[in-house]
Amino acid sequence: MSKYSIFSLARNAMSHHDNWERAWRSPTPQKSYDAIIVGGGGHGLATAYYMAKEHGMRNIAVLEKGWIGGGNTGRNTTIVRSNYLWDEAAFLYEKSMKLWEGLSQDLNYNVMFSQRGVYNLGHTLQDMRDIQRRVNANRLNGVDGEVVDAKELAKRIPYLNCSPDSRYPILGASFQARGGTARHDAVAWGFARGADSYGVDIIQNCEVTGIRREDGAVLGVETSQGYIESKKVGVVTAGSSSVLASMAGLRLPLESHPLQAFVSEPIKPVLDTVVMSNAVHGYISQSDKGDLVIGAGIDSYNGYGQRGSFTTIEHTMTAIMELFPVFSRVRMNRQWGGIVDTCPDACPIISKTPIKGLYFNCGWGTGGFKATPGSGWVFAHTVANDEPHELNAAFALDRFISGALIDEHGAAGVAH
Amino acid sequence: MLLIECPYCGTRDESEFTYGGEAHIVRPLDPDALNDVEWADYLFFRKNSKGILQEQWNHSAGCRRWFCAERDTVTYKFKSFYKVGERPVEDEA
Ligand SMILES: Cc1cc2nc3c(=O)[nH]c(=O)nc-3n(C[C@H](O)[C@H](O)[C@H](O)COP(=O)(O)OP(=O)(O)OC[C@H]3O[C@@H](n4cnc5c(N)ncnc54)[C@H](O)[C@@H]3O)c2cc1C
Ligand SMILES: [Zn+2]
Repeated sequence: MSKYSIFSLARNAMSHHDNWERAWRSPTPQKSYDAIIVGGGGHGLATAYYMAKEHGMRNIAVLEKGWIGGGNTGRNTTIVRSNYLWDEAAFLYEKSMKLWEGLSQDLNYNVMFSQRGVYNLGHTLQDMRDIQRRVNANRLNGVDGEVVDAKELAKRIPYLNCSPDSRYPILGASFQARGGTARHDAVAWGFARGADSYGVDIIQNCEVTGIRREDGAVLGVETSQGYIESKKVGVVTAGSSSVLASMAGLRLPLESHPLQAFVSEPIKPVLDTVVMSNAVHGYISQSDKGDLVIGAGIDSYNGYGQRGSFTTIEHTMTAIMELFPVFSRVRMNRQWGGIVDTCPDACPIISKTPIKGLYFNCGWGTGGFKATPGSGWVFAHTVANDEPHELNAAFALDRFISGALIDEHGAAGVAH
Repeated sequence: MLLIECPYCGTRDESEFTYGGEAHIVRPLDPDALNDVEWADYLFFRKNSKGILQEQWNHSAGCRRWFCAERDTVTYKFKSFYKVGERPVEDEA
């Protein structure tokens, strides 16, 4: 693989950019692999990358039913932060944040990680108490955070409606300066290129349709491109996780819901940070192209259709208008949905299963983009060693039986 | 926007309803007899079917009654609506 640099850019400019080598190969599947990762989203590709890089494995395939990054990875609103309340969650997301901070260099691929800061607004006294508590907990855990009052907010974000006369007045916010956004497609592509450079086979248009087992252990997977053998199968399929689990006769504590997002027509720079509100429930940032990137809550019903209802669109827009009346006449350009895998305690499952050699990484719900590098890093460890890393040990499937939940619902400000 | 047929009031917009998740999950009759695995299954584990799902809805901005529906979770099309305590009407072949 040739390295991207100013020199390669200049060299390729000479030949009108016609001769760039492909960023990853398009191999046909082998009969057997040391490990198979099902799902070519950011988490699956990152898992394969770190299995190769950190654990010396080479004979790995990533099987993706569509195109890589075509699931939630390419559909999310790209907010990255690590200011979770509980220790287990804070350490996991902070590991991810540290990886983000060196990711473009590590991958030699510009993932456009932009630490423009993330504000989580408080609209009630209880919101503000929770914010104080969370920021204190974050700082004790080495995660940066600051409590900002409404006066200071009005100075920092001029168009934010901080008037005490609004329907749900803004009283303040938590601020994580190291939070921000990243380019979602580039994250998938960068990990794909990185994994490919270690010899990982990335196989697109390859849907897993069955999981073959014998005596409680995995043998391989049936796919739309034939049967492929492997004694280790890691499933990272977000909204489709229950479907994959049922192929192995397992049930998961997950429900799949549509989650919608929107981008506006591009406008001049107006918002240089990320603003989220749990109380009115909406969040917004502005992409480098100039579009406002907007999201809110899930559609209430279970769904696999990658689209949602107009009621939810209306709720989202109402929330954004409450925060930024100035955007009332901005037109929305595009709207879409992804299928998110929500978990009862709003925390992921990164775990072994009762079946030997079968591992699941799922339940990231509405907020797993920020965790992409960290999730891949700990899941690579789990699959390679058949043991969780200490950072993901608490995120085991059996916590729903033992009762040791990590209740981040609401505790983390906003769920994304 | 889904159009939902409340068995008591007729067809209304989705915005009048609240979703209640998977239907026919029966509360354990003898709670003391359950082990942790069975409790977990009752509390947390779900079918999450891709395809037809039997689910509960509440007509919260209407008659406020609960009822059940069968809906395809891929196309979002409803197949039937029925009252709590009833079972869905089978298709006539
Ligand atoms: C609208 C929206 C906004 C969001 N906003 C944010 C945000 O701002 N910040 C944040 O941190 N998170 C956000 N999220 C959540 C985040 O996108 C996800 O948690 C994360 O991207 C999950 O990554 P993944 O790689 O696990 O899943 P995906 O990218 O969905 O990858 C799973 C892959 O598995 C494939 N697959 C499924 N079934 C099979 C099969 N049978 N065989 C082979 N392949 C299969 C799918 O095609 C898919 O490509 C948002 C999500 C949505 C939908
Ligand atoms: Zn009614």
